[in-house]
Amino acid sequence: MCLGVPGKIIEIYQAQGLKMGKVDFSGVTREACLEHVPEAEVGDYAVVHVGFAISLLSEEEAQETINLLREIVEAGENPESAGNRPPRENPS
Amino acid sequence: MKYITEYRDADLVKKTLKKIEKTISRPWTLMEICGGQTHAIVKHGLDQLLPEEVELVHGPGCPVCVTPLELIDKAMAIASQPDVIFTSYGDMLRVPGSNGDLFSIRARGGDVRVVYSPLDALKIAQDNPDKEVVFFAIGFETTAPANVMSVLQAQNLGLENYSILVSHVRVPPAIRAILGSPSNRVQGFLAAGHVNAVMGYWEYEPIAEEFQVPMAVTGFEPLDIAQGILTCVESLEKGEYVVENAYRRAVTKAGNQTAQKIIKQVFQECDRKWRGIGVIPGSGWCLRPAFQEFDAEKRFDVESIQSEESPVCISGLILQGLKKPHECPAFGTKCTPDHPLGATMVSDEGACAAYYHYRSHLTRQGIESS
Ligand code: SF4
Repeated sequence: MCLGVPGKIIEIYQAQGLKMGKVDFSGVTREACLEHVPEAEVGDYAVVHVGFAISLLSEEEAQETINLLREIVEAGENPESAGNRPPRENPS
Repeated sequence: MKYITEYRDADLVKKTLKKIEKTISRPWTLMEICGGQTHAIVKHGLDQLLPEEVELVHGPGCPVCVTPLELIDKAMAIASQPDVIFTSYGDMLRVPGSNGDLFSIRARGGDVRVVYSPLDALKIAQDNPDKEVVFFAIGFETTAPANVMSVLQAQNLGLENYSILVSHVRVPPAIRAILGSPSNRVQGFLAAGHVNAVMGYWEYEPIAEEFQVPMAVTGFEPLDIAQGILTCVESLEKGEYVVENAYRRAVTKAGNQTAQKIIKQVFQECDRKWRGIGVIPGSGWCLRPAFQEFDAEKRFDVESIQSEESPVCISGLILQGLKKPHECPAFGTKCTPDHPLGATMVSDEGACAAYYHYRSHLTRQGIESS
């Protein structure tokens, strides 16, 4: 129940006074309530829990996270620099 | 699929694990709060790929697992009544109460229905005006936006035949309870990303400071979890007791303020009993007096039901990170997913079920085969 997965909002409409949308999860379309993400637009990706979008995903942050992580974990991975690794930070 | 594939990149996961190995200088015990993360960790074998200095213990963040026995008994008492349609997430139907489960009520002719969302339950209420429709509103902060919206919507639509049986729990008081226990071993936390997506993480900062434990807000894909562990280990090695956000694409410090406002409008804090653990003060949400007409406990007069838990099941110790599932004598023998003795064996997010499904055939190639 808590395995909220991201999906792409492909349609937005009103139903019984609620902001609703169709969300595509890797090819499976489900209806979700968008009342808690009033800024949502078609094309946005949302995390959906039990039929409600709880958060919109930020493309910028996603890209930055991956880039930053690559930088951190790939530093010193370069074969030429093997044996010449920078000392571990804060060994204590 | 965008936002999923990149976070399952086996190469980057391995490099991140390698980085953890390079960073760590001594043993640390971390707890992942959320059952969804427990499931992912065990499924991908991440715990077995980590350097042995990192011990992961599994936390109480599975809503099915912590719903107290007496709420199952109350649910069963309501569901057995004529003219009631009892609606719930599927997992709850198999959670053992004192005397059978919700499935057994259905077998005896009760109208118990599985729904995906509380809005489905509302629809059933609209379609069946001559029946009382009750929704089993369980969950952590992640399901609260849905459950409160169903109440507001019932009010707006003038639906008098809809009510909810509330068993809501909140993470921060549980973290405090774990850290405050004399037997606590947890030195850092992976906070449950989707709880933080709703609530933000400002509430966690004073806890990190008071108990001197770092926390990393963590997502659910293998790379998210590896990054959360790396972040936490880095903080521990540096002696920094802060809350870092390792799930920035979905979580901000303030959280979803629209949702928080609506939750506050409908729910108020209350003490809540956790299955196997006991009462944790202020750890629950219940309906505010203004919404009491939607409270199924009052509507069906089941407030006084009290229940004693089975002494066999050690799920309480597992949910506090004090024991692992395979240390339970009943694990895999008397207790299996088909015949669960405790709730942690029912839900996919429960540690006992995760171990049962994945631990037997786990290999160090767990990552590649996923
Ligand atoms: S294996 Fe079964 S009986 Fe043992 S702790 Fe887990 S749920 Fe309880």
